[in-house]
Amino acid sequence: MNLIEVKNLRKDYATHKAVDDISFVIPRGSIFGLLGPNGAGKTTLLRMITGIFYPDSGQILFNNQPFDPERDIQSIGYMPEERGLYKKMKVGEQTLYLAQLKGMREKEARDKIKYWFDKLDINTWYNKKVEELSKGMQQKVQFISTIIHNPSLLILDEPFSGLDPINANLIKQEIFDLSKSGTTIIFSTHRMEQVEEICDRIILVNKGKKILDGEVKQIKQDFKQHLFRIGVGTMPNFAQMATWHFSIIKQEDHAYTVKLSEGSTTNDILMHFIRHEIPVTYFQEILPSINEVFIDKVQEMEQPLN
Amino acid sequence: MNKILLIIKREFLTRVRKRSFLVVTLLIPVFFAGLLIIPILIATSSNEDKRIAVIDDSHLFLGRFPDSKGTYYKYLTNIKVDTFKYEQYGYSGLLYIPDLDIKRPSGITYYSSGQPGIGVESNITKHVNDIIEEKRLENAGIDREKLSAAKSDITIDFKSGADGKKGNSAVAYGVGYASGFIIYIILMFFGMAVMRGVMEEKVSRIAEVMISSVKPFQLMMGKIIGIAGVGLLQFLIWVALILSLKLILPLFFSAETLHAATQGGGMMQNGGNAAAIEAIEKVRYVIGSINWTLIISCFIFYFLGGYLFYSALFAAVGSLVNEDPTDVQSLTFPITLPIIIGLMIMISTVQNPDSRLAFWGSIIPFTSPMVMMARLPYGVPGTVPYWQLALSMVLLVVGFLGMTWMAGKIYRTGILMYGKKITWKEAIKWIGKKN
Repeated sequence: MNLIEVKNLRKDYATHKAVDDISFVIPRGSIFGLLGPNGAGKTTLLRMITGIFYPDSGQILFNNQPFDPERDIQSIGYMPEERGLYKKMKVGEQTLYLAQLKGMREKEARDKIKYWFDKLDINTWYNKKVEELSKGMQQKVQFISTIIHNPSLLILDEPFSGLDPINANLIKQEIFDLSKSGTTIIFSTHRMEQVEEICDRIILVNKGKKILDGEVKQIKQDFKQHLFRIGVGTMPNFAQMATWHFSIIKQEDHAYTVKLSEGSTTNDILMHFIRHEIPVTYFQEILPSINEVFIDKVQEMEQPLN
Repeated sequence: MNKILLIIKREFLTRVRKRSFLVVTLLIPVFFAGLLIIPILIATSSNEDKRIAVIDDSHLFLGRFPDSKGTYYKYLTNIKVDTFKYEQYGYSGLLYIPDLDIKRPSGITYYSSGQPGIGVESNITKHVNDIIEEKRLENAGIDREKLSAAKSDITIDFKSGADGKKGNSAVAYGVGYASGFIIYIILMFFGMAVMRGVMEEKVSRIAEVMISSVKPFQLMMGKIIGIAGVGLLQFLIWVALILSLKLILPLFFSAETLHAATQGGGMMQNGGNAAAIEAIEKVRYVIGSINWTLIISCFIFYFLGGYLFYSALFAAVGSLVNEDPTDVQSLTFPITLPIIIGLMIMISTVQNPDSRLAFWGSIIPFTSPMVMMARLPYGVPGTVPYWQLALSMVLLVVGFLGMTWMAGKIYRTGILMYGKKITWKEAIKWIGKKN
């Protein structure tokens, strides 16, 4: 079941096409990565999904119904890249205010605030003004005010920027927990290592266009170069390595990176080492990182005629 | 709807809870009261007791000057005025009355080293005149009682306009000028407050978070209405302060003035009080000559209408400003300009409420809140026919709805535009655009 279906979405600005015919689906309960370089149209896309902008054309289905900002906005939690809180307001009051604006009753909101403030260990800040907090602390408050109303769709734009590793881990854990309890999460970033760690599915956009989308595992398979890494106990001599089953890409101390030839199998590689009595310590497939796929695809787009 | 109430509540409470709100609300009336009271205090009383030497060669005034709080008269005999050094004997002044021809009295002189003060001057003049008057009546054989009974004290009602409502142009001038000017201050002061609020939201980047929960229009209107609430509260506090000031004020003045103010006609024989009573009568007459229900309800209408008309525009400006505060000047100019023009038309209107300029100024919504308030005290429907008032009000409401709609369009685009300098030209294009 898909929580969100985006069909042929378009949004033009005066000078350029910010979102140009983008379609994708987000399955319920998944963690969905929205990737792209700066200026790719990620924020515009997110602003349309949050009802801040209306698309010029195309359709967004939310829960299998046409997106209705008035109603669906209540089930969305959005943490924009440009973080913002009222600086002069007290932390507790501010969270309560934002929760009430999402339609929560005061009593319910207070209980939830207490729960989350306890959980993230920030109870002592309740009566502090936002401007007295450090940037990382403000991030925590911002995160809580985004998820306080238990949204079915959580949109996080660069959620880890400005967080120290300990707090980043804490938030990451919360994201996983929310996902397990059924929250669908859109995670927008250009930090690829986080994407591989966190996301189930991704969409890659550049210059307003979709470049590719799908499951992270599948994409890595689709873009694999058939590279393998093999560890050896003793270094063989050069003649022993001659074969048509693979070519050597890189030779290191007690390890080779090899590319499988077309028509050969991984067992052919292993058989070769065994036949030559080279002791194998490990054997591992090298899959491309999303980062590599990303750079590859973006560069491909820059020089489309090559 | 519930959301807009939440926004109004926050906008209202964060401002009212600030210490500066209390300070401004209390200090402004204290400041104005100070401007009014201090000169009176200086003029009417001084800390030292005044001892005044009286040399009366006419022998008419012996013992006739009543001592009052802080002022004492000492009657000296057998002393020559030319040689008497009153300062050396501790007198603050010397009143010399030569031998008088009661028909043509002259040469009464008061000597003092510094300014004698309004209180002393008027007291002495009053008493001298009263006593001479009495002496003349006596000489002419007229009974004081009979004269009092025959004295006429009629106030004439000057009526103007078709229905014969009371009118008084000096009063109309004052009331018109004051209410027009107050509206000008309100438009500027609270308009700027709206603008600063929007800027704060944009610069602190809370705007995008807010707009993912509420419509931009709700956010804008919530702020505008919340700040209007702050203005109304401040206004009410000032009204309450003025009313309580009326009770406190007498404490600052001498017993005589207090008596005059509280006991009215019962103290006729004392000259100083007669003047005070006369003043009170005048005030009563002035107050009676204005249709206060109309003026106050129109004031509230034009205050709210004008505020709503301009504050949406100020909100739009706030949404256009980026981090660079120098933008504010150039962006606010097109909005403050019509307000200042309105003020100038208002100043000319109070002198000439029937002019063509006054008519158009009071009809066009850009200036009508100020200019109409300047015309209204001259009389409805005398100076301002009902149709003009109705047209002006309708146009103001239509104008404010239109302005809010346009400003809302600019606001919702501007509030999410970061890092780019925006001009009015660009912003006006956004009005036609759908988001």
